[in-house]
Amino acid sequence: MTIEISSRETYGKTLVELGRENQNIVVLDADLSRSTMTNLFAKEFPDRFFQCGLAEQNMIGIAAGLAASGKTVFASTFAIFASCRCFDQLRMCLSQPQLNVKVVATHGGITIGEDGFSHQAIEDLALFCSLPGFSVVVPADAIETAEVIKSAAATHGPIYVRLGRPKTPLVYSQSYQFNLGKAITMRQGKDITIIAIGIMVAKALEAAEALAAEGIDCCIINMPTLKPLDEEAIIKAASETGAIVVAEEHLAHGGLGSRVAQVVAGEKPVPMSFVNLKNTYAKSGKAEELLQRYGLTAKDIEAAVRAVSSKKKTFHMPPSGKLSQAIADIRELKDEEDIGLH
Amino acid sequence: MTREKNNLNIHTTSTPIPSTLPLNKNKFTLSTKELTELAKKLRRHVITMIATAGSGHPGGSLSAADIIAVLYFKVMRYDPQNPQWPERDRFILSKGHAAPILYAALAESGYFSVEELTTLRKLNSRLQGHTDRTTTPGVEMSAGALGQGLSFGIGTALAARLDARDYQVYVLLGDGECDEGQIWEAAMAAAHFKVDNLVAIVDHNKQQLDGWTQDIMNLEPLTEKWRAFNWNVIEIDGHNINQIQQALEEAKTIKGKPSVIIAHTIKGKGVSFMENNIDFHGKAPTPEQAELALRELS
Ligand SMILES: Cc1ncc(C[n+]2csc(CCOP(=O)(O)OP(=O)(O)O)c2C)c(N)n1
Ligand SMILES: Cc1ncc(C[n+]2csc(CCOP(=O)(O)OP(=O)(O)O)c2C)c(N)n1
Ligand SMILES: [Mg+2]
Ligand SMILES: [Mg+2]
Repeated sequence: MTIEISSRETYGKTLVELGRENQNIVVLDADLSRSTMTNLFAKEFPDRFFQCGLAEQNMIGIAAGLAASGKTVFASTFAIFASCRCFDQLRMCLSQPQLNVKVVATHGGITIGEDGFSHQAIEDLALFCSLPGFSVVVPADAIETAEVIKSAAATHGPIYVRLGRPKTPLVYSQSYQFNLGKAITMRQGKDITIIAIGIMVAKALEAAEALAAEGIDCCIINMPTLKPLDEEAIIKAASETGAIVVAEEHLAHGGLGSRVAQVVAGEKPVPMSFVNLKNTYAKSGKAEELLQRYGLTAKDIEAAVRAVSSKKKTFHMPPSGKLSQAIADIRELKDEEDIGLH
Repeated sequence: MTREKNNLNIHTTSTPIPSTLPLNKNKFTLSTKELTELAKKLRRHVITMIATAGSGHPGGSLSAADIIAVLYFKVMRYDPQNPQWPERDRFILSKGHAAPILYAALAESGYFSVEELTTLRKLNSRLQGHTDRTTTPGVEMSAGALGQGLSFGIGTALAARLDARDYQVYVLLGDGECDEGQIWEAAMAAAHFKVDNLVAIVDHNKQQLDGWTQDIMNLEPLTEKWRAFNWNVIEIDGHNINQIQQALEEAKTIKGKPSVIIAHTIKGKGVSFMENNIDFHGKAPTPEQAELALRELS
């Protein structure tokens, strides 16, 4: 039987551990500490916890001021408010000045469920990835969450960590060394690579089992860090398996799919397929119902794999001259736009 | 436009104040008269800088000149040789478009040379169009998107409490900036956290970008608003050196709540044709206007 654990509960407990080791850690919340589980830290370290009330923009500014004075700051709220409500504050106060604030948001994605579209963060990854100063991470399960939080505390600079609301199945059986910006191969395979993030990693592993029975051998990559992106792992996957499916609980634009496609298009063009929320808001419902309704199940990944497998057979590279020119153009663009942060 | 051509040379103007003031970690010993002269000098820098750059915000820089002169040359504790000195008092320019007046004060304090001032807004300059904490020594906050400085100030003030330091945090706000909701989120939070080492100063020049604040978005009753948010409120003439100094000293003695100084000022103060003239909110003077302005400020 699969074990299911809540990542946000793990977050709360990990914060307490970190708080015991490191006096410099302070935690902020915006009237959601009972949900984000920062209340565990608040209980043990009341002097280092600042309840900012229902005012997220102000919380980000306070976090920046504390960080500018040398504190390691964790600021938590729901993913939708951390991203959409606070974007200018994130840009001005954290991203450009590179201040040491960890925005750890819970209730990301549609799996927040019944609360409906107003609470479903499905554009947060695009927003945070667009900020030059930020690192962006989505752990796949509670075990990875603990490692990500510890790593965030030990790494200087702004980082966004998206966690979910429901308990989710463990994809790891024991703690491992999380490295920011490094992909993890969860399953070897030669026919196609599925790159997944967050809750979609478990679904990809499930899909791989079903596909194996059909004779399709899938490589599964867990890509917890969207930014900085492990480009090497992507190029290697494209080279070795010749086709890629990307699965994420996010809109089509600006998330993992877009970012992987940018690398694939520039470095090693292969057929790709995308499992995501397309370009629409979702409705109220139970998490599992919504995942089905909006196409984020193992079955949807399987379908994407089959589709891309058939494309792989008929995929022809453009004439080499044209291709290398296109790649050169993209490289040039990239160099110009890279401000040197990632 | 070059400096030579426009005959704008800040060093030709005679002044009783030495170009760079002696470092004093505790308190400067300038008289009221000397501070008045110094504020005038900062204003001259502002005119020269913005005229040389060909763009910038003179109005809100000139209205804040006296406040900033008293802060930097009478009240605040800092060390230009060590901008990150943990015990320093913090000045946070929330109204980031007034960057020129801050740069002028930083140069006169010794953070960088007075010559550097005329690089304002130029490519590769350390003096960005709006304040940038990553490029300019002495600048605490990247600002320019209005409404965020008071929140940053609260965080800075809370850090003093956590680290048992006794520095003060001063945040300069525009009156138009007070239209922003985040200012009032921060006003509520500062009083809630009882950060008494935090002092907000509202440069109440009665104008914002599109016109008079009372027409664009009425702020009144402003003092009552801050009082209702549980702040200690001090109302002064923001061009009276003694009143500014007294208000800042009073603010330091108030315990258990933050203080706000509502400083009544005149936008464009010191240059007759800029005073209360909304056209000079965000427009550089022409070379001729700059010359005229410098003459008035000499
Ligand atoms: C911008 C935003 N931040 C946080 C939340 C999460 N949230 C929902 S209800 C609530 C508390 C609201 O308190 P109140 O306005 O007093 O509502 P009431 O007591 O009437 O239920 C919070 C923090 C939200 N919905 N929107
Ligand atoms: C969030 C934001 N909105 C709009 C602007 C454009 N803007 C720059 S200055 C200004 C008016 C500011 O008025 P006030 O705060 O009174 O400044 P002062 O009169 O001291 O120059 C506006 C609207 C901005 N910089 N930031
Ligand atoms: Mg209520
Ligand atoms: Mg104004």
